[in-house]
Amino acid sequence: MQISMTVNGSEVVSDIEPRVLLVHYIREVLGLTGTHWGCDTTNCGTCVVLMDGQPVKSCTVLAAMAAGHDIRTVEGLATAGTLDPVQQGFMEEHGLQCGFCTPGMMLTARALLDKNPHPDDIEIRKAISGQICRCTGYATIVRSVQWAAAHPAGAVADVAATDEVLEGTDTVIPDVADAEVKA
Amino acid sequence: MQIPAPFDYERASSVNDALELLARHGPESRVVAGGHSLLPMMKLRLARPEWLIDINDLFELDFILLEGDHLRVGALTRHTALLESAEVARLFPIISDAEAVIADPVVRNRGTIGGSLCQADPAEDLSTVCDVLRAVAVVRGPGGERLVDMKDFHRGPYETAVAPDELLCEVRFAVRPNSGSAYEKVERRVGDWAVAAAGAAISLADDGSVDAAAIGLTALGLDGTVAEAEGVLLGQQPREELFVEAGRVAASACDPIADQRGGIDYKRHLADELTRRVLRLACARAAGTQEG
Repeated sequence: MQISMTVNGSEVVSDIEPRVLLVHYIREVLGLTGTHWGCDTTNCGTCVVLMDGQPVKSCTVLAAMAAGHDIRTVEGLATAGTLDPVQQGFMEEHGLQCGFCTPGMMLTARALLDKNPHPDDIEIRKAISGQICRCTGYATIVRSVQWAAAHPAGAVADVAATDEVLEGTDTVIPDVADAEVKA
Repeated sequence: MQIPAPFDYERASSVNDALELLARHGPESRVVAGGHSLLPMMKLRLARPEWLIDINDLFELDFILLEGDHLRVGALTRHTALLESAEVARLFPIISDAEAVIADPVVRNRGTIGGSLCQADPAEDLSTVCDVLRAVAVVRGPGGERLVDMKDFHRGPYETAVAPDELLCEVRFAVRPNSGSAYEKVERRVGDWAVAAAGAAISLADDGSVDAAAIGLTALGLDGTVAEAEGVLLGQQPREELFVEAGRVAASACDPIADQRGGIDYKRHLADELTRRVLRLACARAAGTQEG
C-alpha cells in the first residue's frame, strides 16, 4: 500500500506492506537509524518518536497508522545547525553513557517541555517512566532535562562541531559546552 | 524481530464506514484503535486477523461530554485525555486514579478506553473501573445501537458482548450525588500488569449512611463486583471496622492464581488491604462532596 507522512518536516511517500511497523519504516526505509529498536514489546521506549507532537512507541504503531501524521525523530531535534536545548542538556549533564535509550528519552523530554516548560523532578521522572535506561540511574537524565528547561533558547553549539566530538574517540567536552556549564 | 503475519489494512472514515468494512470483511477482521494490546498480540502471532480496520480517524468517537446526569466518553478517547480531564477527576476520581497507573505515559498517549474494554484482559484496570461505576456500553452494529450493562459486556477473559460486526462507540457513566470513588493498584514496576488492584464507588444518603456501594477487584479471578463485600456497608455509617470487614470478605470471595507476580496468600492479602484503602478514600471523597 502507498503511504505518505511528514517526517522531520519533509513529506515522504512509500510503498509498504501494511504489517511494517513504524520503527522499521523509519530505520530501514527512510534510513533514519537514530530511532533505536529495542525490546520490541512496548516496554523499553528507546523507539519513541513524536507523532503529532506526542511521544509514541514506534514498535507498536504501524507505519500505515502513521500515514497522514507528523512524525519527528531524533534527527529532527536540531534545527538550522543548532542543537535542541534538550540535546545540549544531555551533553552538559552527562545524560547518557551508552546512548541506546537517549533518542527516545530526548524526544519525550522535548514533548514534556513543549507542554510544561518548567517541570519539577517528579514530573520529569513520571514523563520518562515508560522508558528504560540501564546506565545512568536516571539522575543525570533528569538533570539534563532540567538544564534544557533552564536554557530554553538553547546553547550556541554548532551541530557540525558536536558531531565531530561525538564521532571521535576523544571524550573531552567541547569548549563551547564547557563555557556554558561555567556560565 | 517480531512482525505480524500478513494482513490487509483499511482505514475507516466514519462509524458507518467501519461497520460496512466489518460486514464486508467478516469475522476475520479486527478493529484497531490505539493498537497497544492488539499489535503486541499480532507481533507474537497470538492474533492473526486477515483485515485490520483502523478507526483512529473517527474523531466523532473521541469526546468527554457531561450531559444531564451522565458523563459520555467516546470509545476512541485516549488514556491521556481521561487522565488530564478535570471533569473526570471531579466526578469519577476512580478513573483518574486508575489512568495514572495504566501502562506508562507514552502508551497512554495511544491506548483508548474502548480498546481496553474490548481487549477484556482479566488484569485490565478500566474493566474493573467500569464495573464499579456500573457503566453502560453503547454498541453499534448493522441493526443499530444497543446499550449493554457492564455485567453483560464482559463474557470472560478476552471476550465481550461486542459481536464481530459491531463497534463499541461510547461508555456512559451515571453521575450520582454525594458520591466518591477510588482505585489502587500494586504493580511490580511502571507499565506492568497489576499484581492486584481494587476499586470502589460509594454513594451516601442525606444522613451520611452508605446508600450504594460497589467494590471491584482486578487480576484476582473475579468477574464483576464483590456483592458480599458491598453488603457489609449498605445502610451503615462508614467507619473503619466496616472497611476491615469488607476487606476480609473481599479477600475470601476472590479467586487468585499463583503466578510470577505472586502467590495466592499474597494476592488475598492485597485484596484485603486494597479494598480497605479504596473504601476509606471513596468514603472520604463522598463525604467531601457532601460538605462541598
